[in-house]
Amino acid sequence: MTSPALVPAPAPLALPRMVVASAGLTKRFGRLEVLRGVDFAVRAGRVTAILGPNGAGKSTLIKILLGLVRPDGGSIAMHGTDVGEDPAYRARIGYMPQQARFPENLTGREVVRLLRDLRDDAVPEDDDLFEGFGLARELDKPVRALSGGTRQKLNAAVAFMFRPSLLILDEPTAGLDPIASGVLKARILRARAEGVSVLLSSHVLSELEELVDDVIFLVEGQVEFQGSLRRLKETTGETRLERAIARLMQRGTR
Amino acid sequence: MTAVKVLRYELRDLRRSRWLLGYVLLLLALTDALLRFGGGGPRAVLSLMNVVLVFVPLVSVVFGTMYLYGARDFIELLLAQPVGRGSLFAGLYGGLAAPLAIGFLLGVGLPFLWSGQGDGSLAGALAMLLATGVLLTLVFTALAFLVSLLFEDRAKGLGAAILVWLAATVLYDAVIVLVATAFTDYPLELPMLGLIVLNPVDLGRVLLLLQFDTAALMGYTGAVFERFFGTLVGLAVATGALALWCAGPLGLARARFRGKDF
Repeated sequence: MTSPALVPAPAPLALPRMVVASAGLTKRFGRLEVLRGVDFAVRAGRVTAILGPNGAGKSTLIKILLGLVRPDGGSIAMHGTDVGEDPAYRARIGYMPQQARFPENLTGREVVRLLRDLRDDAVPEDDDLFEGFGLARELDKPVRALSGGTRQKLNAAVAFMFRPSLLILDEPTAGLDPIASGVLKARILRARAEGVSVLLSSHVLSELEELVDDVIFLVEGQVEFQGSLRRLKETTGETRLERAIARLMQRGTR
Repeated sequence: MTAVKVLRYELRDLRRSRWLLGYVLLLLALTDALLRFGGGGPRAVLSLMNVVLVFVPLVSVVFGTMYLYGARDFIELLLAQPVGRGSLFAGLYGGLAAPLAIGFLLGVGLPFLWSGQGDGSLAGALAMLLATGVLLTLVFTALAFLVSLLFEDRAKGLGAAILVWLAATVLYDAVIVLVATAFTDYPLELPMLGLIVLNPVDLGRVLLLLQFDTAALMGYTGAVFERFFGTLVGLAVATGALALWCAGPLGLARARFRGKDF
């Protein structure tokens, strides 16, 4: 793979302040109303966490952003333009699903090449995480021979590979050992420093504390709180994210 | 050309699949054995007819469904890339149907080649055998897509796939025989024709019987078909109906794939 050294990081100032924003998103599955009018925005160059109890609509929201789920109502704009039906907007999104299952008989290198082939723009890849995780030796083995942790590393590395302006990470550290988890967290912070926006969901709140700038808190398909971590702590009067979230949840059930 | 890219990688994945390898080896062994010990080419072709009509649909629909459930997560990852759903679907279908069809062609065709029995008078029958097998592979792979898109649950999907196969191979014939015996006193030709066209496996059988010139000897359906259409038109009608059997489920599956929430 090519060295990323010569490629300048995208200039944060060139981006609009909102990388992605939604207006009035609604979605129901059968009789279940999963999203009831969600407005949210991810600010450029910041790490935003989507939090909320189980069934609050976090993964549906993420899937709508990626075009995996079609909303019943509302719209999504990326970099200020409505994404509509055109899949091209996804070229600027790096996605790390909660659990990656790659074709068993392909090697890691072949998976990487396929994902590159599906993109027309010839962005030189960022193979930073491949090095950070020490994946080079594993890339020529078939996926079925890789351990769960190694697949998850590959999964993370692929999300960062195409220099996205928006990273969507679903439970990024689940299944990673502490060292790999540390490597990934450092990489997330560096991406932010380069002006990349990161949207992540995680259940491990203590882990988010050091990463997160903004919080979107969903309860029963609605945005209960949206704002910076500092403001969350101020409004709830708590100093730790975990406690602040607990407060929000109490407020939500009342 | 998203479809071609996806197809190429899926082909490469399946080429290394042990299940597919097992399928090809089994066909090779069976065809070779029939050619060696089964009393020569013509009889081997007749025996292989049942392999084509029963075994090929089974493998196509069950293996196809299993593969698609296994690929669910990866398909989601592909959908999150900047690709359209329509072309992704085309690539996925081609990448699954092509290796199954090629595997079938190799498994049945190679023994005829190396035994030197595939030419001369047998060439036409063999060509029809191979063509019917490929058509049935395409039809039942399309049905596998439809099944895997209709059922979220893997176990239900697998059950549905087996049911589709059972219905097309065993149950349907039972219905035809029932109808034929229950209404022996009535002219049944036209209703029978209708029943045949409604089942891809029966269409495959008609194709083979017409080609083998044994239509009248080999059961009711072939005889009816030949008497009604004559050989040439019968071939055209049966082939056309099979093509529809491929296009119909495939179109439904594509529409479902495009509108689906993953």
